[in-house]
Amino acid sequence: MSRFRATLPDDLAAAAEFVATGGDWDEITQELVRRKEERVVVNMGPQHPSTHGVLRLILEMDGETVTETRLGLGYLHSGIEKTMEYRTWVQGSALSTRMDYVASIMNEAAYCLAVEKLARLTDRIPDRAQVIRVLMMELARISSHLVCLGSAGNELGGTTLMTIAFREREQVLRFFEMVTGQRMNNAYFRPGGLSQDLPDGALEWLKGVYPSMVRGMNDFDNMVMANPIWRARTVGIGVLNLAACMALGITGPMLRATGLPLDLRKDRPYSGYENYEFDVCTVDTADVYGRYLVRSNEMRQSMKIVAQCVDKLEAMGPGPVMVDDPSIAWPAQLEIGSDGQGQSPEHVKQIMSQSMESLIHHFKLVSEGFRVPAGQVFHAIEHAKGVYGVHAVSDGGTRPYRVHMREPSYNNLQSMALLCNGGTISDVVVCLASIDPVMGGVDR
Amino acid sequence: MTVLDPDAGEVVEQRQGAFGAHDSGDTSGFGGLTRLVELPGASPRPYGGWFDAAVDALTEDLDEAGASQAIEKVVVDRDELTLFIRRQDLKITAELLRDDPDLRFELSLGVNGVHYPGDAGRELHAVYHLMSVTHGRRVIRLEVTVPDADPHLPSLVEVYPTQDWHERETYDMFGIIFDGHPSLARILLPNDWVGHPQRKDYPLGGIDVRFKGATVPPPDQRRNYS
Repeated sequence: MSRFRATLPDDLAAAAEFVATGGDWDEITQELVRRKEERVVVNMGPQHPSTHGVLRLILEMDGETVTETRLGLGYLHSGIEKTMEYRTWVQGSALSTRMDYVASIMNEAAYCLAVEKLARLTDRIPDRAQVIRVLMMELARISSHLVCLGSAGNELGGTTLMTIAFREREQVLRFFEMVTGQRMNNAYFRPGGLSQDLPDGALEWLKGVYPSMVRGMNDFDNMVMANPIWRARTVGIGVLNLAACMALGITGPMLRATGLPLDLRKDRPYSGYENYEFDVCTVDTADVYGRYLVRSNEMRQSMKIVAQCVDKLEAMGPGPVMVDDPSIAWPAQLEIGSDGQGQSPEHVKQIMSQSMESLIHHFKLVSEGFRVPAGQVFHAIEHAKGVYGVHAVSDGGTRPYRVHMREPSYNNLQSMALLCNGGTISDVVVCLASIDPVMGGVDR
Repeated sequence: MTVLDPDAGEVVEQRQGAFGAHDSGDTSGFGGLTRLVELPGASPRPYGGWFDAAVDALTEDLDEAGASQAIEKVVVDRDELTLFIRRQDLKITAELLRDDPDLRFELSLGVNGVHYPGDAGRELHAVYHLMSVTHGRRVIRLEVTVPDADPHLPSLVEVYPTQDWHERETYDMFGIIFDGHPSLARILLPNDWVGHPQRKDYPLGGIDVRFKGATVPPPDQRRNYS
């Protein structure tokens, strides 16, 4: 039932306010016809299934045409950057992973790379850790793009697209759980390396599901990219050209869909990306269809990188995954005990019955943390959503003085007005989904 | 621009005591400790890499534009170039960085605030990162300081429209006012929020513990090692 309230003040007193709860649009339109009113302001969200989280859209409509788009943010703001200032540098990894929770690993990566630059550790990260990082980051990219494509399909009414995408994403999440213990919010990357090595059999498992993942991506492509309904809804919709992207600071698949091959993995390589063979995917349509095509192609390139990582890991054999520096690396190694958790028994034996100094060192390093020389750095990575920059400031203490994430989702959402204004209301959700915002990252 | 001793840092704060606890009786003797928080200071030439050419090109442009005093100092640290810019010259500097064919920093990566309450007269810093798509995706940092008593900065929205939300966030979190911004409203916090939470003097809440009236102090008053 829609309810009609006429309790608005002064200049808005003549305007009617409707609360749509589903299935009652006929009633509302009839009332609008009766009032001879064409101009309608639609509030969408913050609780709406197709706003990708708690985003609020305020759409001013003339009939079915959107004339003005405004966004309300902040519903998921949790002060992560502020919290980081009162936790150690290592704990920051567990906080940053909670920002863009669809590609958690990448947030950790950006944070850790920034801290390593600040602590002048960048060149001392062991090779094995670098390769595992690339492996995990590319799997996270695949997972993020699958969520984007699948939920976009779902929003257009194709539930099958979502089930295919989430089926393949499940493989990635299983691998993450096997390696890090958690499906998301992993806190697997640490300043200096990784929290632990890959468990036995993880690579074999990944190799086992690899062909089916590739097949799933091909399934998705075959169902979607040439599908006339999909094309009708996405081709020529939400066009944002290169100049607009530059002005609005748009990066990632949205920018690459305008034909500019800006990909920091190639342009400013980090974590050894210069040692991998892959292409930067671009198209020049600059529309919603192009953005999905870029993402779809990127997933295949990521699978290529994953295969190269597996080969490299098998060729290099075992090795350290943490920087060889006792003032930074935690002395204990996690090891699965009979109860399914725990630390290495040798280390526990050493600190509990052999060396008081080891115990003190362990305690100080974990509770106090290590110091990072004063200064500031900016490190940007190619996140699944675009350029993800971390500005980290240290005052020489054991905690960050200030950390700021330049979130691509936050920045890219600014383009909503340009994408939607002048289009129809049915394209609003299509345009929004093509930005692929994750509100955990937007609001932080 | 004066050439300074490369080892001379910029002191932004002087801290007393140890472990963050100041109001309890000091029985350890560590309470008398003094530590200076020293950030990297101005760098001497040559800066290395592309930095020299970029600074030269910008200096020349600024001279032509009648803003020869715009660059307060140049800091090169951890292979990153930071230019401290006078606030009244920020906009012309950004325009020149964007438009000069030798510089071409077309892509703005937003602005971030940092609050140094101990840096008298320069408490609030606004930090901009710009990327050049034309010249190998290199990144330059602009830093502008404003006093707490007069936290006004020119808005860069006209130069880089993407600054819109970034400036709103920095206003929301630090209270830096960007003059000329089309609608400088809060963005992440509600409009009626009091205070700017990322400032170091923003009061933090403690946690009530229901045990003999004890409370856990707010995080900034707990024992710490910074």
